Amino acid sequence: MISPRSPPGSSSQSPRSPSAPPFLSVTVTDPVKLGNGVQAYISYRVITKTNLPEYQGPEKIVIRRYSDFVWLHDRLAEKYRGIFIPPLPEKSAVEKFRFSAEFIEMRRQALDIFINRIASHPQLKQSEDLRTFLQEDEETMERARSQETGIFKKKPADLIQIFKDVQSKVSDVVLGKEKPVEESNPEYEKLKHYIFELEDHLAEAQRQAYRLVKRHRELGQSLSDFGKAIKLLGACEGDSLGKVFADLGSKSELLSIKLQKEAHNLLMNFEEPLKDYVRAVQSIKATMVDRANAFRQQCELAETTKLKEINLDKLMLMRSEKAMEAEIEYKELKAESEEATRRFETIVKLMSEEMVRFQEQKTADLGLAFHEFAKGQAKLANEIADAWRSLVPKLDACSPSLCS
Amino acid sequence: MMGLETHAGFGSPPREEMESVALSDAPSDYRSAMSSSLPAIATAADGGDPLLSPPAPLSSVPSSSSSFLDPPSYADVVFSPLDGQNGAAPDRPSLCRDFSFLRSDRAAASEYARIAVSDPQKEQDVVNALVPGGGTYVTYLITSWTRAGVAEFGVRRRFRDVVTLADRLAEAYRGFFIPPRPDKNVVESQVMQKHEFVEQRRSALEKYLWKLAVHPVIGKSDELRVFLQAQGKLPLPTSTDMASRMLDGAVRLPKQLFGEGPAGYVMPQDAVQPAKGGRDLLRIFKELKQSVANDWGGAKPPVVEEDKEFVERKDKMQDLEQQLSTTSKQAEALVKAQQDIGETMGELGLAFIKLTKFESEEAVYSSQRVRAADAKHVATAAVKASRLYRELNAQTVKHLDTLHEYLGLMLAVHSAFSDRASALLTVQTLMSDLSSLHTRIEKLEVASSKIFGGDRSRMRKVEELKETIRVTEDAKCCALREYERIKENNRSELERLDRERHDDFLSMLKGFVKNQVGYAEKVANVWATVAEETSGYA
Repeated sequence: MISPRSPPGSSSQSPRSPSAPPFLSVTVTDPVKLGNGVQAYISYRVITKTNLPEYQGPEKIVIRRYSDFVWLHDRLAEKYRGIFIPPLPEKSAVEKFRFSAEFIEMRRQALDIFINRIASHPQLKQSEDLRTFLQEDEETMERARSQETGIFKKKPADLIQIFKDVQSKVSDVVLGKEKPVEESNPEYEKLKHYIFELEDHLAEAQRQAYRLVKRHRELGQSLSDFGKAIKLLGACEGDSLGKVFADLGSKSELLSIKLQKEAHNLLMNFEEPLKDYVRAVQSIKATMVDRANAFRQQCELAETTKLKEINLDKLMLMRSEKAMEAEIEYKELKAESEEATRRFETIVKLMSEEMVRFQEQKTADLGLAFHEFAKGQAKLANEIADAWRSLVPKLDACSPSLCS
Repeated sequence: MMGLETHAGFGSPPREEMESVALSDAPSDYRSAMSSSLPAIATAADGGDPLLSPPAPLSSVPSSSSSFLDPPSYADVVFSPLDGQNGAAPDRPSLCRDFSFLRSDRAAASEYARIAVSDPQKEQDVVNALVPGGGTYVTYLITSWTRAGVAEFGVRRRFRDVVTLADRLAEAYRGFFIPPRPDKNVVESQVMQKHEFVEQRRSALEKYLWKLAVHPVIGKSDELRVFLQAQGKLPLPTSTDMASRMLDGAVRLPKQLFGEGPAGYVMPQDAVQPAKGGRDLLRIFKELKQSVANDWGGAKPPVVEEDKEFVERKDKMQDLEQQLSTTSKQAEALVKAQQDIGETMGELGLAFIKLTKFESEEAVYSSQRVRAADAKHVATAAVKASRLYRELNAQTVKHLDTLHEYLGLMLAVHSAFSDRASALLTVQTLMSDLSSLHTRIEKLEVASSKIFGGDRSRMRKVEELKETIRVTEDAKCCALREYERIKENNRSELERLDRERHDDFLSMLKGFVKNQVGYAEKVANVWATVAEETSGYA
């Protein structure tokens, strides 16, 4: 909406008028297979529409591939510790499945959701890496991507460590191992337990949802086969009854198609959101690792600094020449320690804000998924009822054998 | 399902009224299966009989009677609880559940009102007690009620008796489509004790006996009556008795071959039976030779299966059997798929229930409580839907069972057709015999005429052969009569099969379709509610 105060005919490149709401919307679309053989991959069109001044124009279209999205994710994870980075869809392991229409569609949808979540997150959307991703040409993007090393990736060992922390403090003491340094925040403990258990429940729900999709497909297939067989059986019968058999067979085949459609709907609008939920929880776990590392760093540095301070005082008391050097070192260390503390506290603060956001977001996401699920099932059931019901008058009209 | 039998019920209220008088002893569940026009009955009898007032669970029936022409929703018709009344009483197994495909007017024509198989007991076989595994066997109490005398009979039979019954029927009713009996199982005594196996067999026996009872011809047979009513040992010759004739046959064979004793010809009374393994080895050899001659061409067989109509129908039967087999298999697959989707829906519901419980317990934020409530709605709906799928499937199984039943009946059709074929073969063999006998006589006469004054011994031989021809002619006539009889049986049975199949298939399709509609409506309602409750997120 352009306010009356802005000059007429101004393009949206002019400074944003105060009353026009800033928007940034992204679409991931048009998957295309490129390349040959082992090196083949899918590329997507990423269309950005915005009125933000930081961007090059009202609309920009770039071509991106999955590894570009991974780059963006990893950059954000490294720079915005404490924030739950929106999760990416998994890299697919199975070669054959990689280019199936279904998989491509699922991935496209997930990438679209991913980028839009970033674009609507209060802090993430200001990221320079996001702007690079949305605007730079393909060569620049490729260069940036190939510079990426593995050091920003979460090591599995970290996740296992945090898991162990949650599970068994006792065993460490018993084994005489030095207890790892960790927070003694009961609220946070509770949160950690919650997150771990939540993942289990969600994973189970997602598994069942996926199985339900498969069952729909199987039922569809069996209805199709049954329909064909019934038609052939009907051919053995007399006129009016034979016709009813044929109609029934046709209805059965029709319903088979509807079931396949609903299976797809179920997959995209119910199972995928559940999977997305699981991934989101895993993203939280990654942040927990960051937090634990930050805490450890903060503690270690604090301890080292304290020792240095004690040592410095000693040296000053002794009027040693090393005192000068020691003081400089101490000051550096102290700055680092304060920095580490700051980093840790930032994470803590961000996490609590993120948790609220996360819970609200998930209620909305899951609520929508439930709605789609129920709507889809109701629609399917009604279609089934309608299809079979249409046969009833024909069946009733069919007389008993006395006048076949 | 009971509501769906409205056709038979409404079509013939007078018969139902008669039934209501005769069946004062029968349990109400049978009544409710065979007649759905309870309101009509209630007017006939004076409401004194508690069996005639609709039992409480059948609340759907009044609605189906008034809305026969315009059923409001199949959901109600479908939900008349079948399993409610039949309950757990093991000694009163329900008849109604298993015979959905039997029209009640067919049942009404039977001599028997009801047959029940119950109370399996283990008994010790005194004679074979020393034989390993042959010690114990199971007997069943077979209770039957006749329509005419309203008498109740109860006998104890073992499976071997059923086999005997089946064998005797097969001999006596050639050309008829005799319902196939339940399988013998080559089992060790351990399996026999398993409760499930015994229950399966009990149910199969009940179905089998009832099918015999409603067959228009076999239902009136002495063999069946004797099986159902004669106390003590079953007074039918057993197959082992028949096998002992093998010894007879083995003894007779050499005599037959060397033309001594009862000459190598078929006695007329035997011509009406197929050549039996034990008794008629020579006849078997001859008929085998004949059938080979038939197959390998040579001279055209004297009596050919010229009934073109029959050949057409036989081909149709083959086609039908093929399609039945395929459809039956697909029906099983459909049932399994329905079962699977119901199960998975249930498990999904459970997963969400656990999630709900977890979120509720751990809730820190109000958004969590909202989410938990949403999840609960979905979970409850999923569990409900799962239950509905299961019920739908139980009904589907019963309706589509008609396919399996008719597939089984094809065995009976095969049997009947092979009765015809073997009778024809007998006729053809006898005609061959006659023709060769005539040839021999000619040859002898020619040879004899060359000798002046005739040849005594040859002429004697000719006389003997002429005697043989006379007997064989008689046998041929009997065989021909028997063949015609079997042909007629085949024809009338084919007609009956077509008629009944038409009705049973129609009934099956109706039941299947209405069942699907009813449950689909219910499932749609369940989910529509949830969609409504979550519409705020759309």
